Amino acid sequence: MKIIATDRVGVEHTVTGRDGWTLMEALRDGGLPIVAECGGACACATCHVYVDDAWFERLPPRSGFETEMLDMAPAFETNSRLSCQITCTPELEGIRVTVAPE
Amino acid sequence: MTDTFETDVAIIGAGPIGLFAVFELGLLDLGAHLIDILDRPGGQCTELYPEKPIYDIPGLPLVTGQGLTDRLMEQVRPFKPTFHFNQMASSLERLPDGRWRLTTDGGVSIVAHALVIAAGGGGFVPKRPPIAGIEAFEGSSVHYSVRRMEDFRDKDIVIAGGGDSALDWTLNLAPLARSLTLVHHRDGFRASQHSVNRMREMAADGKIHFHIGGVKRLHGAEGRLDKVTLAGADKTEWTIAADAFLPFFGLTMKLGPIADFGLNLHENLIPVDTARFESGTPGIFAIGDINTYPGKLKLMLSGFHEAALMAQAAFRIARPTEPLRFLYTTSSPSLQKKLGVA
Repeated sequence: MKIIATDRVGVEHTVTGRDGWTLMEALRDGGLPIVAECGGACACATCHVYVDDAWFERLPPRSGFETEMLDMAPAFETNSRLSCQITCTPELEGIRVTVAPE
Repeated sequence: MTDTFETDVAIIGAGPIGLFAVFELGLLDLGAHLIDILDRPGGQCTELYPEKPIYDIPGLPLVTGQGLTDRLMEQVRPFKPTFHFNQMASSLERLPDGRWRLTTDGGVSIVAHALVIAAGGGGFVPKRPPIAGIEAFEGSSVHYSVRRMEDFRDKDIVIAGGGDSALDWTLNLAPLARSLTLVHHRDGFRASQHSVNRMREMAADGKIHFHIGGVKRLHGAEGRLDKVTLAGADKTEWTIAADAFLPFFGLTMKLGPIADFGLNLHENLIPVDTARFESGTPGIFAIGDINTYPGKLKLMLSGFHEAALMAQAAFRIARPTEPLRFLYTTSSPSLQKKLGVA
């Protein structure tokens, strides 16, 4: 599936996500500046992205752990997600996300 | 005031790999001093995931980050390493006799034959909120920790965050402050229930203000904050008087001054050879997540192996005239004596 990701300077990139892998892995492997310090354990909030509103509604909701970890994201917005907690599926073909500020 | 220590090996980073390096060095009779920016050993294991299970340590089917750290501390105890916590490695110089002098921002100076960088993803530093111009206020009006509560007496304080640090400082500073405003993006907290209840009582009594939202802009001049603009969940903005802003969003990893040690970094990683795990500078080794080489895997497993090979190479630097006798802990009485089991 294709992911359209906007980086921190506003440039749009199209990266490929493999089914069952996380959005964090797809963004990182696609060269986006995703730190993912904890390696995808929902323990650091450094894979923070904003999901375009139209897509945000279609994602499975945040878990309690993700909600709590987002407390550690200094640039929280209502469409904030941790990309390590989103699994790539065919239904997400074309999802649009923006990498949150560092 | 600088305290100078002499040892065989200086290790930057007291995470699992730095700790296991103490063990491997100790078997070869090499002493070690470790420095870490955190206040306790364990690095990421204790800072990021103390309670999370780890399943890929050989022989330990399940261990938590804290549990692994506790076991490593037990394993290195016979070698009596010296820890220097709450310190950041700030500079490095080569001495005329070939040894290294590593100096920290806390006034500790370690003179050693070899330097081992086991700093993982870098040193843990507070997360800085992405607010325009915040750097100019840091140290004067924007603080990521509280050193002296008295400095906040009669101030208009704004605290941002929803964890224990944010809540604890809200409770502790409110009695001193002229006003205290806590802002957090949701009406829920990742903090002890007792603190949350207490904060809600204080808000209900008008002793503090709590707003759901975030800090959007800082106003002031010459490093002195006088107002901040807040935004609510509905994006409406308003400005309040503030002369101190304390953001508490936890820690993140930054390479810091190691970047200036002249190690030909490749994307913030230190390239090493795979026989000695030595950087391009002889006598400076890098092990664990901070190094890179063809085939590198960021696993603790790899870091432990790297520590063992590094120790062999460090011995040849620290004891150039002595033969290196390779022994097994299972069968060597001298190793068992070092371990305190014989």
